[in-house]
Amino acid sequence: MPRDSKVKMLGVAFVLCLVCSILVSAAAVGLKARQERNKETEKRRNILQIARMYDPSKTVDEQFSRVRSRMVDLEKGQFVDSAAAVKELHAIPAGEDSAGIRSRPRFMEVYLVEEQGRFMQVILPVYGKGLWSTMYGFIALGPDLSTVTGFGFYQHGETPGLGGEIDNPNWLAKWPGKLVYDQSGKLRIEVIKGTVDTAGPDVRHKIDGISGATLTARGVSNLLAYWLGENGYKNFLQTMRKTGGVQP
Amino acid sequence: MSTARDVLFDPLIHKNPIALQILGICSALAVTSKLETVTVMALSVTLVTAFSSFSVSLIRRQIPGSIRIIVQMTIIATLVIIVDQFLKAYAFSISKQLSVFVGLIITNCIVLGRAEAFAMKNPPGLSFLDGVGNGLGYSLVLFVVAFFRELFGAGSLFNQKILPLVSDGGWYLPNGLMLLPPSAFFLIGLIIWAVRTWKPEQVEKEG
Repeated sequence: MPRDSKVKMLGVAFVLCLVCSILVSAAAVGLKARQERNKETEKRRNILQIARMYDPSKTVDEQFSRVRSRMVDLEKGQFVDSAAAVKELHAIPAGEDSAGIRSRPRFMEVYLVEEQGRFMQVILPVYGKGLWSTMYGFIALGPDLSTVTGFGFYQHGETPGLGGEIDNPNWLAKWPGKLVYDQSGKLRIEVIKGTVDTAGPDVRHKIDGISGATLTARGVSNLLAYWLGENGYKNFLQTMRKTGGVQP
Repeated sequence: MSTARDVLFDPLIHKNPIALQILGICSALAVTSKLETVTVMALSVTLVTAFSSFSVSLIRRQIPGSIRIIVQMTIIATLVIIVDQFLKAYAFSISKQLSVFVGLIITNCIVLGRAEAFAMKNPPGLSFLDGVGNGLGYSLVLFVVAFFRELFGAGSLFNQKILPLVSDGGWYLPNGLMLLPPSAFFLIGLIIWAVRTWKPEQVEKEG
C-alpha cells in the first residue's frame, strides 16, 4: 500500500491514537492513588504551615493528628455531620460578591486545633479573585475567634515578584496578632496601601500593603471581607463563640 | 553515515541545541533558578527526546508524509504526559515547582526538531542516541546557567548554603536579578559568546 494513500493515512492515525491513549490512560489510572495521597499530604502541610504549626522534622500525618476537620453549614452557622454536607452551590448576588467568586458552597470544611481539650485555633479556607487569578488560602483564628494566628495562600497565579509577594514570609509574618473584628463585632481587617501608622487607632486591624501589588492586595482584603462577613463564616463564628465553650 | 559516538557527543558542545541552534530557550529561562529543578527538568527532557526519537524512527517508514508532524507531536505529547504523571506521583514537590514547564516540553523545539530532522531518516538505535545526546546538550547548558543563578542569586547550590547571606548574618548580598528569568538571557548570551570564541566555525556568516 502506498505510504500516502488516504486509507494508510487514516489507518496510521487511528492505530497511533489508540496506542497513545492506552499508554496515557494506563499511566493516569495506575498512578492515581499515589497522586491523590500526595495532594492530600500537600493540603495538610499547607494547613499546618499557614496555622504556623509545621515542623519539618516530623511527618505531616503525625502533626495533623492534632487537627480535626468538621463541616460547617454557612447558612445556619453551625457544624453539621459530614454525611449531611452534600455539594450545594449558592449563587452570590453581584452586589455582595466582593471576593469575585460568583457562587460558593453551602457547606465548607473547617479545621479545629485542640490541645489537651482546649480549643486553640480554627482554620478557615478562603478564596477569591486577585489581579489575574483566583487565590486559595486559609486564615487561622485564635481562641477569641478574632485574633489572626496565621494566614497565607497555597495556590494563586499572581505576578511573581509583584502580586506573588503575598507568599513572602516577611509579609505573612505581619498577620498574626491582627484583629478581624472590632469590639462591636464589625469586620475591620484590611490590607492598606503603604505602611500602617503604628500610632494610629487601627493598627490592630490594618496590614501593610506590598509595593507593586496594589490590586492583588485589594483582592486579599475583598476576599477576607466576603468570607469573614455575614455571607461567609461570621454567623458560624458567632455561634461558636456563644456555644462552643469558646471565650470571646 | 555518522557514527554512534558522534551522534551522542556532538550535541554537547559542537552542535549544542541551545548554544548553536538556539532551541529550547523558553524553558531554559524558566526553570534555571535552582539546580534541583534543573536536574528533574533535564532528566525529563532527555528521556522524552530519546524515546520520542526512538519511537518516531521505529515507525518512520509507515508515517505518511502529509501527517508526519502531527504523528510526531502525538508521540511526544504522550511521552510528556506519562513523564508528568510519574513526577506527580513520585516527585510531587518538584513537579509543583516545575508547574506548567513539564507539560510545555511538548512544545520544546529540541524534541520535535530531532524527531523531524534526525529520527525520520535514521534507524531507531542511532535516533535514540541522538535524542540522549541532544537532551544532554540541553541539560549541560541548563546546569551551567542554574549553577550561576543559584550561586549568585540565592548563595546556595542544590539548596546547600555556599555563600553566607547578609540576611543570615553572613557577608554575601544576593543578586536578586539572578533569580528572575531575564538573567538567564544574559548567561546564555555569554555562554554562546564563549563557545563561539572557542569554536569560531559556529559563527553564522553575515549577509
